[in-house]
Amino acid sequence: MRNVLCDSLVGHAARKEFVFLTGDLGYNALEPLRAALGDRFINSGVAEQNMVSVAAGMSSLGLVPWVYSIAPFAYARPFEQIRNDVCMHGLHVVIVGNGGGYAYGPMGATHHGLEDYGTLLTLPGMHAFVPAFASDVPVIVDTLFDLKRPSYLRLGRCEKPGDFVLPPYAPWRRLLDGRGPAMVAVGPLAGGILEIFRRMDPAIRPALWVLTELPIRKESMPEELVRDIRQSGALFVIEEHVAHGGAGQMLSYALTEMNEAPREFIHKFAKGYVSGLYGSQLFHRKECGLDPESVAAEVVRRYGTAAKG
Amino acid sequence: MLLLGYLLARSCEGDMREKIRQAKLRLLKMHFESGVGHIGGNLSCLDLLMYLHHRVMKAEDVFVLSKGHSAGALYVTLWSMGRLKDEDLARFHGDGSMLAGHPPPNWIPEIRFATGSLGHGLSLSAGIALAKRLKGEPGKVYCLLSDGEWNEGSTWEALIFISHQKLDNLTLIVDSNGLQGFGTTKEVADLGSLSDKLRSFSLRVDEIDGHDVDSIAEAFSNAPVGPRAIVARTRKGNGVSFMENAMEWHYLPMSEELYMQAMKEVGG
Repeated sequence: MRNVLCDSLVGHAARKEFVFLTGDLGYNALEPLRAALGDRFINSGVAEQNMVSVAAGMSSLGLVPWVYSIAPFAYARPFEQIRNDVCMHGLHVVIVGNGGGYAYGPMGATHHGLEDYGTLLTLPGMHAFVPAFASDVPVIVDTLFDLKRPSYLRLGRCEKPGDFVLPPYAPWRRLLDGRGPAMVAVGPLAGGILEIFRRMDPAIRPALWVLTELPIRKESMPEELVRDIRQSGALFVIEEHVAHGGAGQMLSYALTEMNEAPREFIHKFAKGYVSGLYGSQLFHRKECGLDPESVAAEVVRRYGTAAKG
Repeated sequence: MLLLGYLLARSCEGDMREKIRQAKLRLLKMHFESGVGHIGGNLSCLDLLMYLHHRVMKAEDVFVLSKGHSAGALYVTLWSMGRLKDEDLARFHGDGSMLAGHPPPNWIPEIRFATGSLGHGLSLSAGIALAKRLKGEPGKVYCLLSDGEWNEGSTWEALIFISHQKLDNLTLIVDSNGLQGFGTTKEVADLGSLSDKLRSFSLRVDEIDGHDVDSIAEAFSNAPVGPRAIVARTRKGNGVSFMENAMEWHYLPMSEELYMQAMKEVGG
Protein backbone atom coordinates (compact mmCIF):
# COMPACT_ATOMS: atom_id res chain seq x y z
CA MET A 1 0.00 0.00 0.00
CA ARG A 2 3.00 2.26 0.49
CA ASN A 3 3.47 2.83 -3.23
CA VAL A 4 -0.24 3.49 -3.68
CA LEU A 5 -0.05 6.01 -0.85
CA CYS A 6 2.90 7.68 -2.54
CA ASP A 7 1.06 7.87 -5.89
CA SER A 8 -2.05 9.25 -4.20
CA LEU A 9 -0.07 11.90 -2.36
CA VAL A 10 1.76 12.90 -5.53
CA GLY A 11 -1.71 13.64 -6.90
CA HIS A 12 -2.15 16.17 -4.10
CA ALA A 13 1.28 17.76 -4.48
CA ALA A 14 -0.19 20.91 -6.03
CA ARG A 15 -1.86 21.75 -2.71
CA LYS A 16 0.36 24.50 -1.37
CA GLU A 17 -0.57 23.71 2.21
CA PHE A 18 0.56 20.08 1.95
CA VAL A 19 3.88 19.22 3.66
CA PHE A 20 5.27 15.76 4.27
CA LEU A 21 7.67 14.87 7.07
CA THR A 22 9.42 11.54 7.27
CA GLY A 23 11.46 10.14 10.11
CA ASP A 24 14.24 9.16 7.71
CA LEU A 25 12.21 6.39 6.08
CA GLY A 26 10.76 5.85 2.62
CA TYR A 27 13.62 4.38 0.60
CA ASN A 28 12.41 2.83 -2.65
CA ALA A 29 8.90 4.13 -2.08
CA LEU A 30 8.67 7.85 -1.42
CA GLU A 31 11.17 9.18 -3.97
CA PRO A 32 8.41 10.34 -6.38
CA LEU A 33 6.75 12.27 -3.56
CA ARG A 34 10.05 13.87 -2.62
CA ALA A 35 10.50 14.98 -6.22
CA ALA A 36 6.94 16.30 -6.44
CA LEU A 37 6.99 18.27 -3.20
CA GLY A 38 10.46 19.76 -3.32
CA ASP A 39 11.15 21.75 -0.13
CA ARG A 40 7.77 20.68 1.27
CA PHE A 41 9.15 17.14 1.64
CA ILE A 42 11.14 17.23 4.85
CA ASN A 43 13.33 14.41 6.08
CA SER A 44 13.36 15.44 9.71
CA GLY A 45 15.77 12.70 10.69
CA VAL A 46 15.53 9.96 13.28
CA ALA A 47 13.79 12.23 15.76
CA GLU A 48 10.10 11.42 15.89
CA GLN A 49 9.24 13.58 18.90
CA ASN A 50 10.59 16.67 17.16
CA MET A 51 8.93 15.65 13.89
CA VAL A 52 5.44 15.55 15.41
CA SER A 53 5.82 18.85 17.29
CA VAL A 54 7.24 20.53 14.17
CA ALA A 55 4.17 19.24 12.31
CA ALA A 56 1.91 20.71 14.99
CA GLY A 57 3.67 24.07 14.71
CA MET A 58 3.26 24.02 10.94
CA SER A 59 -0.38 23.05 11.20
CA SER A 60 -1.03 26.01 13.52
CA LEU A 61 -0.06 28.24 10.58
CA GLY A 62 -2.50 26.53 8.21
CA LEU A 63 -0.26 23.94 6.60
CA VAL A 64 -1.41 20.30 6.41
CA PRO A 65 1.49 18.11 7.56
CA TRP A 66 1.63 14.39 7.02
CA VAL A 67 4.05 12.61 9.34
CA TYR A 68 5.47 9.25 8.31
CA SER A 69 7.34 6.43 10.02
CA ILE A 70 7.07 2.73 10.85
CA ALA A 71 3.89 2.33 12.92
CA PRO A 72 5.37 2.10 16.45
CA PHE A 73 7.84 4.91 15.77
CA ALA A 74 5.04 7.07 14.42
CA TYR A 75 2.66 6.76 17.36
CA ALA A 76 4.44 5.32 20.42
CA ARG A 77 7.70 7.27 20.57
CA PRO A 78 6.03 10.67 20.08
CA PHE A 79 2.82 9.84 21.94
CA GLU A 80 3.01 12.88 24.22
CA GLN A 81 3.65 15.16 21.25
CA ILE A 82 0.56 13.73 19.51
CA ARG A 83 -1.44 14.14 22.72
CA ASN A 84 -0.33 17.62 23.79
CA ASP A 85 0.68 19.38 20.61
CA VAL A 86 -1.66 17.88 18.02
CA CYS A 87 -4.79 16.56 19.73
CA MET A 88 -5.21 19.09 22.56
CA HIS A 89 -5.29 21.77 19.87
CA GLY A 90 -7.40 19.77 17.40
CA LEU A 91 -4.82 20.28 14.67
CA HIS A 92 -5.03 18.83 11.18
CA VAL A 93 -2.00 16.54 11.30
CA VAL A 94 -2.02 13.11 9.67
CA ILE A 95 0.13 10.46 11.33
CA VAL A 96 1.03 7.62 8.97
CA GLY A 97 2.15 4.36 10.57
CA ASN A 98 3.56 2.01 7.99
CA GLY A 99 3.30 -1.71 8.64
CA GLY A 100 0.63 -1.92 11.33
CA GLY A 101 0.07 -5.17 13.22
CA TYR A 102 2.67 -7.86 12.54
CA ALA A 103 3.44 -6.53 9.04
CA TYR A 104 7.14 -6.14 9.81
CA GLY A 105 7.16 -9.85 10.76
CA PRO A 106 10.69 -11.15 11.31
CA MET A 107 12.04 -7.64 11.98
CA GLY A 108 10.87 -8.32 15.52
CA ALA A 109 8.66 -7.02 18.29
CA THR A 110 10.01 -3.45 18.33
CA HIS A 111 8.78 -2.98 14.76
CA HIS A 112 5.27 -4.33 15.31
CA GLY A 113 2.31 -2.02 15.88
CA LEU A 114 -0.15 -4.08 17.88
CA GLU A 115 -1.76 -1.37 19.99
CA ASP A 116 -1.56 1.65 17.70
CA TYR A 117 -5.14 2.61 16.91
CA GLY A 118 -6.48 1.60 20.33
CA THR A 119 -3.92 3.83 22.02
CA LEU A 120 -4.38 6.78 19.70
CA LEU A 121 -8.16 6.64 19.85
CA THR A 122 -8.01 7.49 23.55
CA LEU A 123 -6.98 11.00 22.45
CA PRO A 124 -9.49 13.79 21.82
CA GLY A 125 -10.68 14.14 18.23
CA MET A 126 -8.54 11.33 16.86
CA HIS A 127 -9.82 9.28 13.95
CA ALA A 128 -8.07 6.14 12.62
CA PHE A 129 -8.10 4.60 9.16
CA VAL A 130 -7.07 1.01 8.44
CA PRO A 131 -7.35 0.52 4.68
CA ALA A 132 -8.07 -3.09 3.79
CA PHE A 133 -7.26 -2.97 0.09
CA ALA A 134 -4.91 -0.94 -2.05
CA SER A 135 -7.88 0.65 -3.78
CA ASP A 136 -9.06 2.07 -0.44
CA VAL A 137 -5.97 4.20 -0.09
CA PRO A 138 -6.68 6.98 -2.63
CA VAL A 139 -10.21 7.44 -1.25
CA ILE A 140 -8.91 7.59 2.30
CA VAL A 141 -6.16 10.04 1.30
CA ASP A 142 -8.81 12.39 -0.12
CA THR A 143 -10.75 12.08 3.13
CA LEU A 144 -7.67 12.77 5.23
CA PHE A 145 -7.11 16.05 3.40
CA ASP A 146 -10.73 17.06 3.97
CA LEU A 147 -11.10 15.89 7.56
CA LYS A 148 -9.24 18.82 9.19
CA ARG A 149 -8.63 17.00 12.45
CA PRO A 150 -5.97 14.73 13.98
CA SER A 151 -5.92 11.38 12.26
CA TYR A 152 -3.95 8.19 12.00
CA LEU A 153 -3.45 6.04 8.93
CA ARG A 154 -2.33 2.46 9.54
CA LEU A 155 -0.84 1.02 6.38
CA GLY A 156 -0.63 -2.71 5.78
CA ARG A 157 -0.41 -5.04 2.81
CA CYS A 158 -3.26 -5.55 0.36
CA GLU A 159 -4.35 -9.21 0.41
CA LYS A 160 -7.32 -9.03 -1.92
CA PRO A 161 -7.86 -12.04 -4.23
CA GLY A 162 -7.09 -10.73 -7.69
CA ASP A 163 -10.47 -11.40 -9.27
CA PHE A 164 -12.69 -10.31 -6.41
CA VAL A 165 -14.82 -7.28 -7.22
CA LEU A 166 -15.06 -4.96 -4.24
CA PRO A 167 -18.08 -2.85 -3.42
CA PRO A 168 -17.42 0.91 -3.50
CA TYR A 169 -15.41 2.22 -0.55
CA ALA A 170 -17.26 2.79 2.71
CA PRO A 171 -16.13 2.57 6.35
CA TRP A 172 -18.26 -0.59 6.65
CA ARG A 173 -18.69 -2.94 3.68
CA ARG A 174 -20.34 -6.33 3.48
CA LEU A 175 -18.00 -8.40 1.28
CA LEU A 176 -19.84 -11.74 1.41
CA ASP A 177 -23.32 -12.88 2.31
CA GLY A 178 -23.66 -15.91 4.53
CA ARG A 179 -25.96 -17.51 7.08
CA GLY A 180 -23.21 -18.18 9.61
CA PRO A 181 -22.12 -15.63 12.22
CA ALA A 182 -21.71 -11.99 11.37
CA MET A 183 -17.98 -11.49 11.01
CA VAL A 184 -16.14 -8.17 11.17
CA ALA A 185 -12.54 -8.07 9.95
CA VAL A 186 -10.48 -4.94 10.55
CA GLY A 187 -8.38 -3.78 7.61
CA PRO A 188 -6.19 -6.09 5.48
CA LEU A 189 -7.12 -9.26 7.38
CA ALA A 190 -10.33 -9.26 5.34
CA GLY A 191 -8.42 -9.89 2.10
CA GLY A 192 -6.85 -13.15 3.23
CA ILE A 193 -10.07 -14.67 4.52
CA LEU A 194 -12.10 -13.60 1.48
CA GLU A 195 -10.43 -16.28 -0.61
CA ILE A 196 -11.24 -19.10 1.79
CA PHE A 197 -14.76 -17.96 2.66
CA ARG A 198 -15.97 -17.36 -0.87
CA ARG A 199 -15.39 -21.07 -1.54
CA MET A 200 -17.29 -22.08 1.60
CA ASP A 201 -20.95 -23.16 1.73
CA PRO A 202 -23.07 -20.00 2.27
CA ALA A 203 -25.11 -21.96 4.82
CA ILE A 204 -22.23 -21.86 7.30
CA ARG A 205 -19.94 -19.13 6.08
CA PRO A 206 -20.12 -15.79 7.81
CA ALA A 207 -21.68 -12.64 6.54
CA LEU A 208 -18.29 -11.03 6.11
CA TRP A 209 -17.87 -7.32 6.84
CA VAL A 210 -14.73 -5.26 6.57
CA LEU A 211 -14.19 -2.24 8.79
CA THR A 212 -11.68 0.46 7.83
CA GLU A 213 -12.47 3.48 10.04
CA LEU A 214 -12.41 3.87 13.80
CA PRO A 215 -13.68 4.64 16.39
CA ILE A 216 -16.91 2.66 16.17
CA ARG A 217 -19.99 4.61 17.13
CA LYS A 218 -23.47 3.18 17.31
CA GLU A 219 -24.78 6.07 15.20
CA SER A 220 -22.58 5.10 12.27
CA MET A 221 -23.10 1.33 12.33
CA PRO A 222 -24.98 0.07 9.26
CA GLU A 223 -28.48 -1.30 9.82
CA GLU A 224 -27.60 -4.33 7.68
CA LEU A 225 -24.75 -5.27 10.01
CA VAL A 226 -26.98 -5.04 13.05
CA ARG A 227 -29.53 -7.20 11.21
CA ASP A 228 -26.85 -9.80 10.36
CA ILE A 229 -25.83 -9.94 14.02
CA ARG A 230 -29.43 -10.17 15.19
CA GLN A 231 -30.33 -12.93 12.74
CA SER A 232 -27.31 -15.14 13.44
CA GLY A 233 -27.08 -14.31 17.13
CA ALA A 234 -23.31 -14.44 16.82
CA LEU A 235 -20.58 -11.92 16.18
CA PHE A 236 -17.02 -12.88 15.24
CA VAL A 237 -14.42 -10.08 15.23
CA ILE A 238 -10.88 -10.48 13.91
CA GLU A 239 -8.21 -7.81 14.15
CA GLU A 240 -4.43 -7.61 14.15
CA HIS A 241 -4.43 -5.50 17.30
CA VAL A 242 -4.49 -6.30 21.00
CA ALA A 243 -7.89 -6.80 22.63
CA HIS A 244 -7.62 -3.70 24.82
CA GLY A 245 -8.94 -0.71 22.94
CA GLY A 246 -9.52 -2.77 19.83
CA ALA A 247 -12.47 -2.91 17.45
CA GLY A 248 -13.88 -5.96 19.27
CA GLN A 249 -14.25 -4.02 22.49
CA MET A 250 -15.64 -0.97 20.73
CA LEU A 251 -18.17 -3.06 18.83
CA SER A 252 -19.39 -4.99 21.84
CA TYR A 253 -19.76 -1.72 23.77
CA ALA A 254 -21.77 -0.12 20.96
CA LEU A 255 -24.02 -3.16 20.55
CA THR A 256 -24.65 -3.34 24.28
CA GLU A 257 -25.62 0.33 24.28
CA MET A 258 -28.02 -0.43 21.44
CA ASN A 259 -29.48 -3.41 23.31
CA GLU A 260 -28.34 -5.57 20.38
CA ALA A 261 -25.66 -7.62 22.14
CA PRO A 262 -25.25 -10.99 20.36
CA ARG A 263 -25.72 -14.29 22.22
CA GLU A 264 -22.25 -15.31 21.17
CA PHE A 265 -19.18 -13.09 20.81
CA ILE A 266 -15.90 -14.43 19.45
CA HIS A 267 -12.89 -12.15 19.32
CA LYS A 268 -9.60 -13.12 17.69
CA PHE A 269 -6.87 -10.56 18.23
CA ALA A 270 -3.11 -10.06 18.43
CA LYS A 271 -1.85 -11.92 21.49
CA GLY A 272 1.70 -10.68 21.33
CA TYR A 273 4.25 -13.48 21.12
CA VAL A 274 2.53 -16.69 22.10
CA SER A 275 5.57 -18.98 21.77
CA GLY A 276 8.10 -16.25 22.42
CA LEU A 277 9.48 -16.82 18.93
CA TYR A 278 9.49 -14.58 15.86
CA GLY A 279 8.69 -15.04 12.22
CA SER A 280 6.67 -13.76 9.30
CA GLN A 281 3.38 -11.90 9.60
CA LEU A 282 1.64 -15.20 8.78
CA PHE A 283 3.59 -16.99 11.53
CA HIS A 284 2.34 -14.51 14.12
CA ARG A 285 -1.20 -14.57 12.76
CA LYS A 286 -1.21 -18.38 13.07
CA GLU A 287 -0.07 -18.14 16.66
CA CYS A 288 -3.06 -15.91 17.36
CA GLY A 289 -5.59 -17.85 15.30
CA LEU A 290 -5.83 -14.96 12.86
CA ASP A 291 -4.67 -16.70 9.68
CA PRO A 292 -7.39 -17.62 7.14
CA GLU A 293 -7.24 -21.36 7.80
CA SER A 294 -7.54 -20.97 11.58
CA VAL A 295 -10.43 -18.52 11.24
CA ALA A 296 -12.25 -20.80 8.79
CA ALA A 297 -11.66 -23.84 11.00
CA GLU A 298 -13.12 -21.98 13.96
CA VAL A 299 -16.22 -21.11 11.95
CA VAL A 300 -16.66 -24.73 10.80
CA ARG A 301 -16.08 -26.08 14.31
CA ARG A 302 -18.68 -23.77 15.83
CA TYR A 303 -21.29 -23.57 13.08
CA GLY A 304 -20.65 -26.44 10.66
CA THR A 305 -22.59 -29.05 12.63
CA ALA A 306 -25.55 -26.78 13.22
CA ALA A 307 -25.80 -26.02 9.52
CA LYS A 308 -25.73 -29.70 8.57
CA GLY A 309 -28.40 -30.48 11.14
CA MET B 1 20.94 65.26 18.30
CA LEU B 2 22.86 62.26 19.59
CA LEU B 3 22.30 63.45 23.14
CA LEU B 4 18.58 63.79 22.49
CA GLY B 5 18.42 60.25 21.13
CA TYR B 6 20.33 58.94 24.14
CA LEU B 7 18.04 60.75 26.59
CA LEU B 8 14.96 59.50 24.77
CA ALA B 9 16.23 55.92 24.90
CA ARG B 10 17.00 56.26 28.61
CA SER B 11 13.53 57.61 29.19
CA CYS B 12 11.97 54.72 27.26
CA GLU B 13 13.94 52.15 29.21
CA GLY B 14 12.99 53.91 32.45
CA ASP B 15 9.38 53.56 31.40
CA MET B 16 10.03 49.89 30.69
CA ARG B 17 11.52 49.37 34.14
CA GLU B 18 8.41 50.86 35.71
CA LYS B 19 6.18 48.61 33.61
CA ILE B 20 8.20 45.61 34.79
CA ARG B 21 7.92 46.72 38.40
CA GLN B 22 4.14 47.00 38.09
CA ALA B 23 3.99 43.57 36.45
CA LYS B 24 6.08 42.09 39.25
CA LEU B 25 3.71 43.48 41.86
CA ARG B 26 0.74 42.08 39.96
CA LEU B 27 2.44 38.70 39.64
CA LEU B 28 3.08 38.54 43.39
CA LYS B 29 -0.53 39.53 44.09
CA MET B 30 -1.88 36.89 41.70
CA HIS B 31 0.24 34.12 43.19
CA PHE B 32 -0.53 35.17 46.76
CA GLU B 33 -4.28 35.31 46.15
CA SER B 34 -4.32 31.93 44.40
CA GLY B 35 -2.03 30.37 46.98
CA VAL B 36 0.16 28.60 44.45
CA GLY B 37 3.87 28.16 43.87
CA HIS B 38 6.13 28.40 40.81
CA ILE B 39 6.72 32.05 41.68
CA GLY B 40 10.52 31.70 41.62
CA GLY B 41 10.74 30.70 37.96
CA ASN B 42 8.18 33.36 37.05
CA LEU B 43 10.27 36.09 38.59
CA SER B 44 13.40 34.85 36.82
CA CYS B 45 11.89 35.37 33.37
CA LEU B 46 9.49 38.28 33.87
CA ASP B 47 11.96 40.98 32.72
CA LEU B 48 12.65 39.04 29.53
CA LEU B 49 8.99 38.40 28.79
CA MET B 50 8.00 42.00 29.42
CA TYR B 51 10.76 43.48 27.29
CA LEU B 52 10.15 40.99 24.48
CA HIS B 53 6.41 41.62 24.33
CA HIS B 54 6.49 45.40 24.86
CA ARG B 55 9.58 46.41 22.94
CA VAL B 56 10.50 43.69 20.46
CA MET B 57 7.58 41.68 19.10
CA LYS B 58 5.49 42.88 16.19
CA ALA B 59 2.00 41.77 15.20
CA GLU B 60 3.31 39.10 12.84
CA ASP B 61 5.69 37.58 15.42
CA VAL B 62 4.92 34.47 17.46
CA PHE B 63 5.95 33.61 21.00
CA VAL B 64 6.02 30.12 22.52
CA LEU B 65 6.51 29.64 26.25
CA SER B 66 8.30 26.32 26.39
CA LYS B 67 8.84 26.59 30.15
CA GLY B 68 5.11 26.40 30.75
CA HIS B 69 5.50 26.56 34.53
CA SER B 70 6.10 30.28 34.08
CA ALA B 71 2.54 30.77 32.85
CA GLY B 72 1.97 33.36 35.57
CA ALA B 73 4.64 35.65 34.14
CA LEU B 74 3.11 35.30 30.69
CA TYR B 75 -0.41 36.00 31.96
CA VAL B 76 0.79 39.11 33.75
CA THR B 77 2.69 40.25 30.66
CA LEU B 78 -0.49 39.86 28.60
CA TRP B 79 -2.36 41.76 31.33
CA SER B 80 0.18 44.59 31.10
CA MET B 81 -0.61 44.78 27.37
CA GLY B 82 -4.36 44.86 27.96
CA ARG B 83 -4.91 41.35 26.54
CA LEU B 84 -6.07 39.94 29.87
CA LYS B 85 -8.14 41.67 32.51
CA ASP B 86 -7.78 41.93 36.28
CA GLU B 87 -10.79 39.66 36.70
CA ASP B 88 -9.09 37.04 34.51
CA LEU B 89 -6.00 37.09 36.74
CA ALA B 90 -8.22 36.93 39.82
CA ARG B 91 -9.37 33.48 38.69
CA PHE B 92 -5.82 32.18 38.09
CA HIS B 93 -5.49 28.55 39.18
CA GLY B 94 -9.08 28.48 40.45
CA ASP B 95 -12.20 26.51 39.52
CA GLY B 96 -13.74 27.51 36.22
CA SER B 97 -10.67 29.49 35.13
CA MET B 98 -9.13 29.60 31.68
CA LEU B 99 -5.84 30.51 33.35
CA ALA B 100 -4.54 27.16 34.53
CA GLY B 101 -1.19 26.75 36.20
CA HIS B 102 0.30 26.04 32.78
CA PRO B 103 -0.71 27.75 29.53
CA PRO B 104 -4.05 26.43 28.28
CA PRO B 105 -4.98 25.29 24.78
CA ASN B 106 -7.55 27.09 22.69
CA TRP B 107 -8.43 30.06 24.93
CA ILE B 108 -6.05 32.95 24.42
CA PRO B 109 -4.93 33.97 20.91
CA GLU B 110 -1.47 34.98 22.13
CA ILE B 111 -0.98 31.51 23.62
CA ARG B 112 -0.73 29.36 20.55
CA PHE B 113 0.20 26.16 22.36
CA ALA B 114 -0.51 24.59 25.70
CA THR B 115 2.83 23.81 27.29
CA GLY B 116 3.95 22.52 30.65
CA SER B 117 5.51 19.21 29.77
CA LEU B 118 9.05 20.36 29.09
CA GLY B 119 10.77 19.73 25.79
CA HIS B 120 7.93 20.62 23.40
CA GLY B 121 8.19 24.36 22.81
CA LEU B 122 11.37 24.50 20.78
CA SER B 123 10.09 21.95 18.25
CA LEU B 124 6.75 23.76 18.02
CA SER B 125 8.62 27.00 17.41
CA ALA B 126 10.75 25.33 14.75
CA GLY B 127 7.58 24.16 12.99
CA ILE B 128 6.11 27.66 13.06
CA ALA B 129 9.39 29.17 11.81
CA LEU B 130 9.66 26.65 8.97
CA ALA B 131 6.00 27.17 8.04
CA LYS B 132 6.59 30.93 7.86
CA ARG B 133 9.53 30.35 5.56
CA LEU B 134 7.63 27.94 3.30
CA LYS B 135 4.65 30.29 3.09
CA GLY B 136 6.82 33.36 2.59
CA GLU B 137 5.27 35.00 5.63
CA PRO B 138 7.06 37.74 7.57
CA GLY B 139 7.64 37.64 11.29
CA LYS B 140 9.91 36.04 13.80
CA VAL B 141 9.41 33.25 16.29
CA TYR B 142 10.60 33.58 19.88
CA CYS B 143 10.78 30.64 22.27
CA LEU B 144 11.56 30.87 25.98
CA LEU B 145 13.06 27.75 27.57
CA SER B 146 14.31 26.94 31.02
CA ASP B 147 17.85 25.71 31.58
CA GLY B 148 16.57 22.50 33.19
CA GLU B 149 14.66 21.86 29.96
CA TRP B 150 17.94 20.95 28.29
CA ASN B 151 17.71 17.63 30.17
CA GLU B 152 14.99 16.71 27.67
CA GLY B 153 16.19 14.79 24.62
CA SER B 154 13.49 16.34 22.46
CA THR B 155 15.02 19.80 23.03
CA TRP B 156 18.22 18.56 21.44
CA GLU B 157 16.25 16.99 18.60
CA ALA B 158 14.77 20.43 18.00
CA LEU B 159 18.19 22.09 18.13
CA ILE B 160 19.58 19.70 15.50
CA PHE B 161 16.57 20.44 13.29
CA ILE B 162 16.83 24.23 13.71
CA SER B 163 20.51 24.20 12.93
CA HIS B 164 20.11 21.93 9.91
CA GLN B 165 17.18 23.91 8.52
CA LYS B 166 19.00 27.20 9.22
CA LEU B 167 15.87 28.74 10.72
CA ASP B 168 17.08 32.33 10.86
CA ASN B 169 13.63 33.63 11.82
CA LEU B 170 13.82 31.85 15.17
CA THR B 171 15.31 33.09 18.43
CA LEU B 172 15.52 30.81 21.43
CA ILE B 173 15.90 32.41 24.82
CA VAL B 174 17.15 30.44 27.81
CA ASP B 175 16.11 31.51 31.30
CA SER B 176 19.30 30.30 32.90
CA ASN B 177 18.55 30.55 36.61
CA GLY B 178 20.66 27.53 37.52
CA LEU B 179 17.95 25.78 39.53
CA GLN B 180 15.62 23.02 38.52
CA GLY B 181 13.06 20.74 40.16
CA PHE B 182 15.17 19.01 42.76
CA GLY B 183 18.63 20.53 42.65
CA THR B 184 20.86 22.91 40.77
CA THR B 185 21.49 22.32 37.09
CA LYS B 186 25.09 21.54 37.97
CA GLU B 187 24.05 18.90 40.48
CA VAL B 188 21.38 17.26 38.34
CA ALA B 189 22.90 17.16 34.85
CA ASP B 190 25.85 19.49 34.41
CA LEU B 191 26.11 20.63 30.79
CA GLY B 192 29.11 22.88 31.36
CA SER B 193 28.68 25.85 29.07
CA LEU B 194 25.30 25.68 27.33
CA SER B 195 26.34 28.68 25.23
CA ASP B 196 29.33 26.80 23.85
CA LYS B 197 27.14 23.85 23.03
CA LEU B 198 24.65 26.07 21.21
CA ARG B 199 27.50 27.70 19.27
CA SER B 200 28.70 24.25 18.23
CA PHE B 201 25.33 23.89 16.46
CA SER B 202 26.12 27.06 14.52
CA LEU B 203 23.79 29.28 16.49
CA ARG B 204 24.77 32.84 17.20
CA VAL B 205 24.70 33.18 20.98
CA ASP B 206 24.43 36.30 23.13
CA GLU B 207 24.98 35.90 26.86
CA ILE B 208 23.26 38.58 28.86
CA ASP B 209 22.13 39.62 32.32
CA GLY B 210 18.47 38.64 32.13
CA HIS B 211 17.44 41.27 34.66
CA ASP B 212 19.24 44.25 33.15
CA VAL B 213 16.99 46.08 30.72
CA ASP B 214 19.92 47.64 28.85
CA SER B 215 21.54 44.25 28.41
CA ILE B 216 18.26 42.69 27.22
CA ALA B 217 17.68 45.61 24.85
CA GLU B 218 21.13 45.28 23.34
CA ALA B 219 20.72 41.55 22.72
CA PHE B 220 17.39 42.02 20.97
CA SER B 221 18.68 44.95 18.93
CA ASN B 222 21.32 42.80 17.27
CA ALA B 223 20.21 41.83 13.78
CA PRO B 224 19.98 38.06 13.54
CA VAL B 225 22.30 36.16 11.24
CA GLY B 226 21.03 32.60 11.16
CA PRO B 227 19.28 30.94 14.07
CA ARG B 228 20.18 32.57 17.33
CA ALA B 229 20.09 32.05 21.05
CA ILE B 230 20.04 34.44 23.97
CA VAL B 231 21.30 32.81 27.13
CA ALA B 232 20.07 34.99 29.95
CA ARG B 233 21.72 34.67 33.35
CA THR B 234 18.86 35.07 35.80
CA ARG B 235 17.99 34.60 39.47
CA LYS B 236 15.12 32.43 40.53
CA GLY B 237 12.87 34.65 42.65
CA ASN B 238 14.56 37.80 41.32
CA GLY B 239 13.87 40.95 43.31
CA VAL B 240 12.57 39.27 46.44
CA SER B 241 15.38 38.63 48.88
CA PHE B 242 14.05 35.50 50.56
CA MET B 243 13.18 33.89 47.22
CA GLU B 244 16.35 34.64 45.30
CA ASN B 245 18.28 31.53 44.26
CA ALA B 246 16.19 29.36 46.60
CA MET B 247 14.91 26.15 45.06
CA GLU B 248 11.92 25.91 47.41
CA TRP B 249 10.30 28.91 45.70
CA HIS B 250 9.71 26.64 42.73
CA TYR B 251 6.97 25.18 44.92
CA LEU B 252 5.97 27.29 47.91
CA PRO B 253 2.97 29.60 48.20
CA MET B 254 3.48 32.86 50.15
CA SER B 255 2.15 33.49 53.62
CA GLU B 256 0.56 36.93 54.14
CA GLU B 257 3.62 38.10 56.05
CA LEU B 258 6.02 37.03 53.30
CA TYR B 259 3.75 38.50 50.65
CA MET B 260 3.79 41.88 52.41
CA GLN B 261 7.58 41.69 52.66
CA ALA B 262 7.89 40.81 48.97
CA MET B 263 5.61 43.68 47.93
CA LYS B 264 7.64 46.07 50.07
CA GLU B 265 10.91 44.94 48.50
CA VAL B 266 9.53 45.44 45.01
CA GLY B 267 8.25 48.87 46.01
CA GLY B 268 4.54 48.21 46.20
